[in-house]
Amino acid sequence: MHVISMLVENHQGVLARIAGLFSGRGYNLESITVGATIDPTVSRLTLVCGGDDPVVEQIKKQLNRLIDVIKVLDLTDSPSLRRELALIKVSAKGRQRGEIFQVAEVFKAQVMDMGSDTMTLEIAGTPDKIDDFISLVLPFGVVETARSGVVAIERGKKNGKQG
Amino acid sequence: MGRTGSQTVIDALHAEKVEVLFGFPGGVVIPLFDALYGEKEIRLVLTRHEQGAVHAADGYARSTGRPGVCLVTSGPGATNTVTGLATANFDSIPLVVITGQVSRKMIGNDAFQEADIVGISRSVTKHNYLVTERKDLGRIMREAFYIATSGRPGPVLVDIPKDVLLEFSEEPLPETVSIRGYNPVLKGHPMQIRKAALILSKAKKPLFYVGGGMNLSGAAEAFRKTVEKVNVPTIASLMGISVLPSEHPRFLGMLGMHGTYAANMAVQNCDLLFAIGTRFDDRATGEIAKFAPNATVVHIDIDPASISRNVAVEIPIVGDARLILEEMLPQMEAPAIEEWVGLTDEWKRTHPLTEIPDNDRLSPTAVIRAIADAFPEAIVTTEVGQNQMWTALYYSFREPRTFLTSGGLGTMGYGFPAAIGAQLGNPGRRVIDIAGDGSIQMNIQELATAVAEGLPVIVAILNNGYLGMVRQWQELFYNRRYSATCLQRDARCPPDCASPGAQCPPYSPDFVKLAEAYGAVGIRVATPAEVGPALARARQVTDRPVFLDFMIQREANVWPMVPAGAGNDEMMNA
Repeated sequence: MHVISMLVENHQGVLARIAGLFSGRGYNLESITVGATIDPTVSRLTLVCGGDDPVVEQIKKQLNRLIDVIKVLDLTDSPSLRRELALIKVSAKGRQRGEIFQVAEVFKAQVMDMGSDTMTLEIAGTPDKIDDFISLVLPFGVVETARSGVVAIERGKKNGKQG
Repeated sequence: MGRTGSQTVIDALHAEKVEVLFGFPGGVVIPLFDALYGEKEIRLVLTRHEQGAVHAADGYARSTGRPGVCLVTSGPGATNTVTGLATANFDSIPLVVITGQVSRKMIGNDAFQEADIVGISRSVTKHNYLVTERKDLGRIMREAFYIATSGRPGPVLVDIPKDVLLEFSEEPLPETVSIRGYNPVLKGHPMQIRKAALILSKAKKPLFYVGGGMNLSGAAEAFRKTVEKVNVPTIASLMGISVLPSEHPRFLGMLGMHGTYAANMAVQNCDLLFAIGTRFDDRATGEIAKFAPNATVVHIDIDPASISRNVAVEIPIVGDARLILEEMLPQMEAPAIEEWVGLTDEWKRTHPLTEIPDNDRLSPTAVIRAIADAFPEAIVTTEVGQNQMWTALYYSFREPRTFLTSGGLGTMGYGFPAAIGAQLGNPGRRVIDIAGDGSIQMNIQELATAVAEGLPVIVAILNNGYLGMVRQWQELFYNRRYSATCLQRDARCPPDCASPGAQCPPYSPDFVKLAEAYGAVGIRVATPAEVGPALARARQVTDRPVFLDFMIQREANVWPMVPAGAGNDEMMNA
């Protein structure tokens, strides 16, 4: 999976342009997130996509062709932070609750809501960590999940050197 | 008070020195057409269909090198532009298409004649805009022209709500354009240019492969000088035809599915494929795994996304073809390639194009040769199919930008409106649409436009009563099962007809009467003896269009042909 971070114009329709590029050219889009930056005219968009290297190279070129795209950065092989947020509603009755609490504690997941027979947990981390967490709570019965998709940012320079 | 939105649009057209505007009015653009009433600088041409307007603007742009401009209404007016936009987008033709939109407060309400044309046209334009603020209109108009004409050109659509057209603004038209996400690279990398010049100078079997980008960048003159200096054989994609004169001694013709023997053999045997302004379309490469197996590839293109997409490239150069060639020319030395040049000459000599003989009906290839002899300096447009391939192969082109054809999208109905646009952009020249009897009917309503504007466009219909190219495929690969390709068929015909016969009607429709009904000249040409006089008569007509209805052989085929899945050297009937 490739992680691509982009700066785009904060116009209406920019997300549709990018999503349309993926559907129109048959590229595999795993996740896409978009949010404001401190410059209100610019949005940060992070997308995760599949494909072998020539395909991803072509995806980046096609993204760069879009007039509303200001910058395209492939973070796949560069030092970067990647985080995803997930909300997971687990069925939790009686004694199961204690076990779920234990798993949550190990993964630093927080209990955000508790109902009569469900618990909703919030977890942030790499997509792998979230996958692992979900597989561990799966036996309790997962009612539904909501994942944000990956947001990513390049790491800062270390010791003034490029890193 | 300031200016209304409509006035700002026209101010922008004046600032861009637009001479011709192709349009069709409708409810929401009445304010814009009103502002054009009595306009002196801009010739407003009313086409009879919005698709015709876009193709006409496209033909104007291809033949003049200046952007083509259209103005249509919302809803169906806008959706009718889609095929024209896609045609222009595929072939990188600079257009600015202005569509009216319902008023801002109505957008999204399913208002009368509302269509989300920005959503619909997103994938068939280089860029598009919905103008949501009156103050942005002038800037967007300037950006639209800049984006359409710079970098890899393409169509830009500007969708303007009716209330924006009516609103006043003091905002002046900006003098300059600056778009932070759009900075096309024009100048090639000097090291790459050096490397490419060096590898060419040392190659044993080099081959130039030129595409439509050469016409678009105005690189033909620089290229002709280059070929004079290095004497390297040259092939062209369909869009690269006319970059080098057809009769140039080093020109081997078009490559690909209907390429010449010499061009296809050369590309399969070269050791250096030096490609400029082309995107290695599948119709040109044939089976990609078998394409140019021995070649190192140099690729010059303004669009980085076209490089290394279909074919691996050893020396990529991003930039404008003309600028790069001009910089490269002094660095190139003529390679020692007498043997290779001799071989390509031999291929040309031993495998010329098939000249189809006349029989009781006309030979299409002879008709095209006769047109080329009668009108050697013409601008030629085509429709799509056999008419297009025969023209590409048999017409003798001399100057760049004289062959206008829908290469990428393959749009039937392109040629006639494109010829109208080309004629408006080139008043002194003869413009000929070489058409089929099928494709001419896809935009035949533009006869009214050509008559009204007094344009002497010549339409040479190669009339075989079939959708000929599909019929050719059915004959060769589908056991002559002529499914839905006969244009003379009627309800009495057997459902499994496999060939024309004596019982077929002579033609359908009667194009001569049809031309006359519109006020054009119509001439039927049925025998070889009639060809010359008909062309001579057409040349005399200078104030209205002429339809020449050439009754060609019903089952003539385009040769050579590379079947699907084969390599370019596996040609049928070469």
